[in-house]
Amino acid sequence: MHRTKPLDHVILIIGALFLVMPVVVAFMTSTHTAAEIHRQGLQILPGSHLAETYGTVLTQRGGFTGEITGMRMLMNSFILGIGFAVGKIVLSMMAAYALVYFRFRAATFMFWVIFTTLLLPLEVRIMPSYGVMSDLHLLNTYTGLIVPLLASATGTFYFRQFFKSIPDELLEAARIDGAGPIKFFIDVIVPLSKTMIAAIFIIMFVYGWNQYLWPMLMTTDESFFTLMRGIKSILQVWVGSQIPDYNQAFAMAVLAIIPPVAVVVIFQRWFIKGLTESDK
Amino acid sequence: MAKITIDNVVKTYAGGNTAVHGVTLDIQDGEFIVLVGPSGCGKSTLLRMVAGLETISGGEVRIGERRVNDLDPADRDIAMVFQNYALYPHMTVRENLAYGLKNRGTAKAEIEARVAEAARMLEISQYLDRKPRALSGGQRQRVAMGRAIVRKPAAFLFDEPLSNLDAKLRVTMRGEIRKLQKRLGTTSLYVTHDQLEAMTLADRLVVLNGGRIEQIGKPLEIYHRPASTFVASFIGSPAMNLVDARIDNGTLSFGGLTVAVGSAVNGPVTLGLRAEDMQVAPPGQAGMSMQVEYIEELGAQRLVHGMVGDQALTVTLSPAVPLTDVMQLTLPADRLHLFDAQTGTRLHAEPRRVVQPA
Amino acid sequence: MAELTSPPAAAPRMMARMAARLRGKAADPAKRVQFDSRLLPWLFLAPQLAVIAVFFYWPSIQAVQSSFYLEDPFGFGSTFVGMANYADALTSNSYQRVARFTAIFTVLVTFLSLSLGLLLAVKADAVIRGAATYKTLLISVYAIAPPVAGLIGMMFFDMHIGPFVKLAAWFGWDMRVGLNYFDTAFAMIFVSVWKQIPYNFIFFLSGLQAVPVSVREAAFIDCKNGWTRFRTVVMPLLAPTAFFLLIINITYALFDTFGVIDVMVKDKPANNPITLVYKVYDDGFRGNDIGGSSAQSVILMLVVFALTIVQFRFLEKRIHYG
Repeated sequence: MHRTKPLDHVILIIGALFLVMPVVVAFMTSTHTAAEIHRQGLQILPGSHLAETYGTVLTQRGGFTGEITGMRMLMNSFILGIGFAVGKIVLSMMAAYALVYFRFRAATFMFWVIFTTLLLPLEVRIMPSYGVMSDLHLLNTYTGLIVPLLASATGTFYFRQFFKSIPDELLEAARIDGAGPIKFFIDVIVPLSKTMIAAIFIIMFVYGWNQYLWPMLMTTDESFFTLMRGIKSILQVWVGSQIPDYNQAFAMAVLAIIPPVAVVVIFQRWFIKGLTESDK
Repeated sequence: MAKITIDNVVKTYAGGNTAVHGVTLDIQDGEFIVLVGPSGCGKSTLLRMVAGLETISGGEVRIGERRVNDLDPADRDIAMVFQNYALYPHMTVRENLAYGLKNRGTAKAEIEARVAEAARMLEISQYLDRKPRALSGGQRQRVAMGRAIVRKPAAFLFDEPLSNLDAKLRVTMRGEIRKLQKRLGTTSLYVTHDQLEAMTLADRLVVLNGGRIEQIGKPLEIYHRPASTFVASFIGSPAMNLVDARIDNGTLSFGGLTVAVGSAVNGPVTLGLRAEDMQVAPPGQAGMSMQVEYIEELGAQRLVHGMVGDQALTVTLSPAVPLTDVMQLTLPADRLHLFDAQTGTRLHAEPRRVVQPA
Repeated sequence: MAELTSPPAAAPRMMARMAARLRGKAADPAKRVQFDSRLLPWLFLAPQLAVIAVFFYWPSIQAVQSSFYLEDPFGFGSTFVGMANYADALTSNSYQRVARFTAIFTVLVTFLSLSLGLLLAVKADAVIRGAATYKTLLISVYAIAPPVAGLIGMMFFDMHIGPFVKLAAWFGWDMRVGLNYFDTAFAMIFVSVWKQIPYNFIFFLSGLQAVPVSVREAAFIDCKNGWTRFRTVVMPLLAPTAFFLLIINITYALFDTFGVIDVMVKDKPANNPITLVYKVYDDGFRGNDIGGSSAQSVILMLVVFALTIVQFRFLEKRIHYG
């Protein structure tokens, strides 16, 4: 009963090219030298300077900032991405567990206390947040980079939804089997949440990795720069230079793209499930 | 093994809704009791109060000689089989069976022995290392039962355990549950909304309606002497015919026939007639005329639906009986059920065996 | 990516659900059976509560508080000025200009990324051969950070090497991104839309695939025309997804495009288009106008709040047949 029209494919191919081509071009261009790019514009075919450009970006102290290598920024981005994802999962799983599985009087109030954080994104309270960090002497620390980002309820919200979807009978069976709250959490809830944890890890890793504004404010010490912060530096250095290091800028962009995109593409199924189903 | 005493137990929810109004029930050691009733009748709530999954608002539950009102479910020495099996999806069958014992600190060797024994009994030995998702519905149900058996509890609690199975499997599993219970002799409390399941399983049946017990009795007692129109219409398939009739001076009249019933009641009553109790009147004998509306063929018998006057009636007849548009039926003088027209409770009048044309 | 878990995105859904449940007769307890314990729930909650107390409530209160004060730029205390910061913000020409641009930017980005996302999702749902490949390609861009998108966009719109500039020149359009207000705005919208399409695509596609096969088949029997079928059967079923995405896209355009904008204006916001969030940041950190910046923050908070209410109202109506 179903006929596919060729036009459908044409539209999809155009759409896919529109979305993917800029990234392909960014990669291809990064394998050429800055001078070539300056002369001939963006490249769609691979050049011969891949190793050279990426070697420089990753290992050469200097590059754009004079103090930090791409390798270090890559590492910082991983620390931020993984630290954020793990922190988020631990905090929100525990909080959601308390909210769903315990009867205590302040539960409803605590629920609102936590979920009110969904209302205000970090962007609108960025000034005072910065002030708090500087009061606590957390500027230029990994703690300062990661922990404040955890102050939102998204993960708790997802886990709460998930826990509520776990059949009641499982808890009842476990109680008859003599499992207390901690045993039930470790023996049943955590293993049952594996897929959910994986999905949230992916989502949160990408979210942490892609943070821009907060790391920009929190880190003035270059040894804490993430790739996103590095990209900002590239542009600052550019102002006034004759032949900008286009190739290195693109290489940096590609480095910043690969991990999150790879995670999303490889774990596509989990990721989409986590994304769209936690909404229900 | 133990007796269970449910003494004037009440369940009232925070909102003020009362789900169970003072139910009293004595369950003998080794007895198989089925709680049956329509959804919302409080049967599950009652079971869950015995299990310790709902708090008891009033009254007392004793298992053996122990009052268990305030005990944790795990400390009540009961095991429960759930409708949706409630198997731990991330554990193998073996781990599922062993989990409760492990939490109780049972010795490893003992756990292994008990799991093996239960698995053999339920014929699930070859699935012990599988995860529940790799099992069929029937197999999962067996695992759920196994989880109850390994514990050797004082009582089994079943919460509609067969509702998720298809009809054929349900019949098989019904038999197995019964056999197993007989063999183990464990006191059992079983909740279902399926009257057939209730009839076939129970030593004694408890019919619940609106949070109150309508009747307690052996299945056949209840079938033959339902205490109210509710029980009469709930137990038995097809449901008992309940029609409007009158008694004047000890004589019941319905469908143009009269029966002397020696009842003190005068005026309208509800007359209950089991479909299989009516026959086609032999030629020459007076009968009530039923206008036939439609037939359901069941093979061994057929259900004939029709109207006697303005009252709908269903009769079970043998396929051998020839069908006509209007059929003359007898009124079974010794199988009449009389109920109060207002309250629906049974009237205890012994009908006389004389049927006469009006 | 930031838009995905950005807090305001989840808020309206959650609020609506909560309200629906508060109004429902049974107060939907989380579980029939729960643990009773005095101490344990607090232990489980403690880490989360600590973090949000220090890094959410404290700064939020400070934001509201400092929006009523004028801070001395040299750090010599502050004076209470009442609503003056708000009045200043709302009446200033530059704020109004930025607000206007933000509105246009938000409408365009939302409309374009939603419609392109929907178009691609409908097509991807229709094809069988290659569906998985298209899907992978179309969602891959999803994980790219806004500033990286901005950087790549910059290159494509670069006056020396950018292919789009050359393409525009072909049509006689002398495109000067970063210098010309309109051209920069165009590039910003272009990049922001590009970045957001995959997100909308994922949600629309899973929304489409959630339409039961039986419903589609019934529609096939009842209606011959494909477009009518889509309009009368699929679209209404997709409406909740579309509305949810509408809110998400508005929040994306308002907040999460910060990275794109910051990269594209290259620290020269003066004569370039910027959005309200960028202005909060710029006034606060570069202009050192803490009171003004805070007042603007609070205004934005109110916008988010209003969005929440709107969705909440809408879902309230839908919930009956949703």
